[in-house]
Amino acid sequence: MSILVTPKTKVLIQGITGSFGAKHAQLSIDYGTLVVAGVTPGKGGQFFEHGGKKVPIFDTVAEAVKQSGATASAVFVPPPFAADAILEGADAGLELVVAITEGIPVRDMVRVKRAMQGNLKTRLIGPNCPGIVTPGEGKDSHGGCRIGIAPGYIHKKGHIGVVSRSGTLTYEAVWQLTSRGVGQSTCVGIGGDPVNGTSHLDVIKLFNADPETTGIIMIGEIGGSAEEEAAEWIKANCKKPVAGFIAGATAPPGRRMGHAGAIVSGGKGTAAAKIAAFKAAGIGIAVTPSEMADTLLKMM
Amino acid sequence: MNIHEYQAKQLLAQYGVNVPLEIPAKSLAEVRPAADKIAASGSAKVVVKSQIHAGGRGKGTFKTGFQGGVKVAASVDEAVGFAEKMLGNVLVTKQTGAEGRQVQTLLLAAGAKIKKEFYLAVLLNRETSRPLIMASTEGGMDIEEVAEKHPEKIFKENIDPAVGIMPYQARKIAAALGLKGDLFNAGVKLITGVYNTWWECDAAMVELNPLAVVELADGKETVMALDAKISLDDNALYRHKNILEMRDLNEEAPLEIEASKFALNYIKLDGSIACLVNGAGLAMATMDIIQHFGGNPANFLDVGGGASKEQVTAAFKIILSDPNVKGILVNIFGGIMDCNVIATGIIAAVKETGLKLPLVVRLEGNNVAAGKKTLADSGVAIINGDTMSDAAQKIVKAVGK
Repeated sequence: MSILVTPKTKVLIQGITGSFGAKHAQLSIDYGTLVVAGVTPGKGGQFFEHGGKKVPIFDTVAEAVKQSGATASAVFVPPPFAADAILEGADAGLELVVAITEGIPVRDMVRVKRAMQGNLKTRLIGPNCPGIVTPGEGKDSHGGCRIGIAPGYIHKKGHIGVVSRSGTLTYEAVWQLTSRGVGQSTCVGIGGDPVNGTSHLDVIKLFNADPETTGIIMIGEIGGSAEEEAAEWIKANCKKPVAGFIAGATAPPGRRMGHAGAIVSGGKGTAAAKIAAFKAAGIGIAVTPSEMADTLLKMM
Repeated sequence: MNIHEYQAKQLLAQYGVNVPLEIPAKSLAEVRPAADKIAASGSAKVVVKSQIHAGGRGKGTFKTGFQGGVKVAASVDEAVGFAEKMLGNVLVTKQTGAEGRQVQTLLLAAGAKIKKEFYLAVLLNRETSRPLIMASTEGGMDIEEVAEKHPEKIFKENIDPAVGIMPYQARKIAAALGLKGDLFNAGVKLITGVYNTWWECDAAMVELNPLAVVELADGKETVMALDAKISLDDNALYRHKNILEMRDLNEEAPLEIEASKFALNYIKLDGSIACLVNGAGLAMATMDIIQHFGGNPANFLDVGGGASKEQVTAAFKIILSDPNVKGILVNIFGGIMDCNVIATGIIAAVKETGLKLPLVVRLEGNNVAAGKKTLADSGVAIINGDTMSDAAQKIVKAVGK
């Protein structure tokens, strides 16, 4: 098994005709992901064609869901319209909305989060995230479910769960695992924004409950306290080995390090505090980002 | 983006927040008429405040030796005298670093007889994903210190974004601050205005320190924002043209401005090893690993997912304009991008900039073998790093020589 998505998950892409959305729709189709529909308001009735596949485009997510049976979506809609796109996905009853878009105003996400409060049907991942990959069984993990922008071929089907706030650092961890012949159950990028749909803790709980996942790599960074919350829960409840890395030990306070959420402010959200929380929870600490996979493998 | 105190108060005033009579002056010629106007309003004193994007101004020192970035003058002449010593000079405070900031604008304000000082701020509560109002009776102090030593003196109110601030919530805060009678009602109005400024302007933080009870010339008391700081959510500036116009490029590091023109996310640090990385998390981790092996990162630099030749060249030029840089570490995980294309871009950038410093390149990902071959065959002196750890150790060693 895996968490959140399987190779059988039917995926729709919101913003499929934009250059970014189109490129990654093509890559997902190449990877073997079931891309069943696209949504671009005003282009309903057209088709997105790639690699011999014809993906129907709809004006609304509701229509796309009804016609295609999609249960998950990737949002590639530009920032000013992304909040609307996310809530449209929730309104259409999708199980999973993965918001890839970077640069959504915080106020928009505060409203989205409030509007989705109590919505037990739809889970939001992101925004400002690389998305999710559940690797497939084919060559270079072909045939898996790729929602977002991660490179598919670096994955390998297996039993390690990876959760991270950063894109390239996730790829780094995944590649370290794959290079050592160790596969992944599911890799989840939860995004680098201060307000996001799914937290480290949410994903850790899913991995803990997934019988196919036997170990977890959790990658955090400076800012907020989501890593500390996850660590506290892990200490009391997690039955599986967890290795962790925190980026930003050298970041100057008060500066945003690329990600909108990566900032040490008012003495809070430091790497030192997060690493201390990890240690207290028995999470294996990767001293450098080169050692994320090895740290976990030594624990297993 | 940060804005100046006088700009913050202009925004606050638009949302009904009571601020003192204040006039900004960008030249000495503007100072006397502004001070005259303030004196004519009945204020016995004129406060002269340096406008820079850094705290600790009052206790700061100008590089000329003149003490204090905020001065209270007893007359218009004295205010002009202070202005002459401040305007155009470089002010060093505990927040500016040793290089300080040049004061290009002064704010002239009516002097206030302060009876009580409070702290009031609105920010995002990341734990609840909701706006949070924070207030304290310990105004004019370092709020981090108050939070540490007297957490009981900090009052917090979470706002439901679906309904916005409700009057009872503003009343709770006013009561917690101990405001009574007319001051209570004035406080409620002010607190509501501060929240609305935060929400409507897409601010990251609005902070009044101090918010004060002041005695007016007629002996009556009122509540006022005596100092104000606003930082904005950069992602929302597209819908606030009026606020975007408040951007002061003099307050930003020239290299960071240059970097932003090429969609590069660059932050200058004090070390000697520059790094060029794709992705914010990997860029932070690269800085960390340089330090782990005994080096010091010169910058944070995220070239984004693409890492095009133009971007890499621009990034090299920016890195090389920092005189502290003694070596460069390029760390690219080419997930989707072809590593060979990235390698070609790196070689072109090295040739165009005539790079002489040690350069370690760690490439990983798509078509990496071809990329490494291109680098090796280029005739350019590039040290290959196999893993992040290997690359970091090599650049630290090369720079240490």
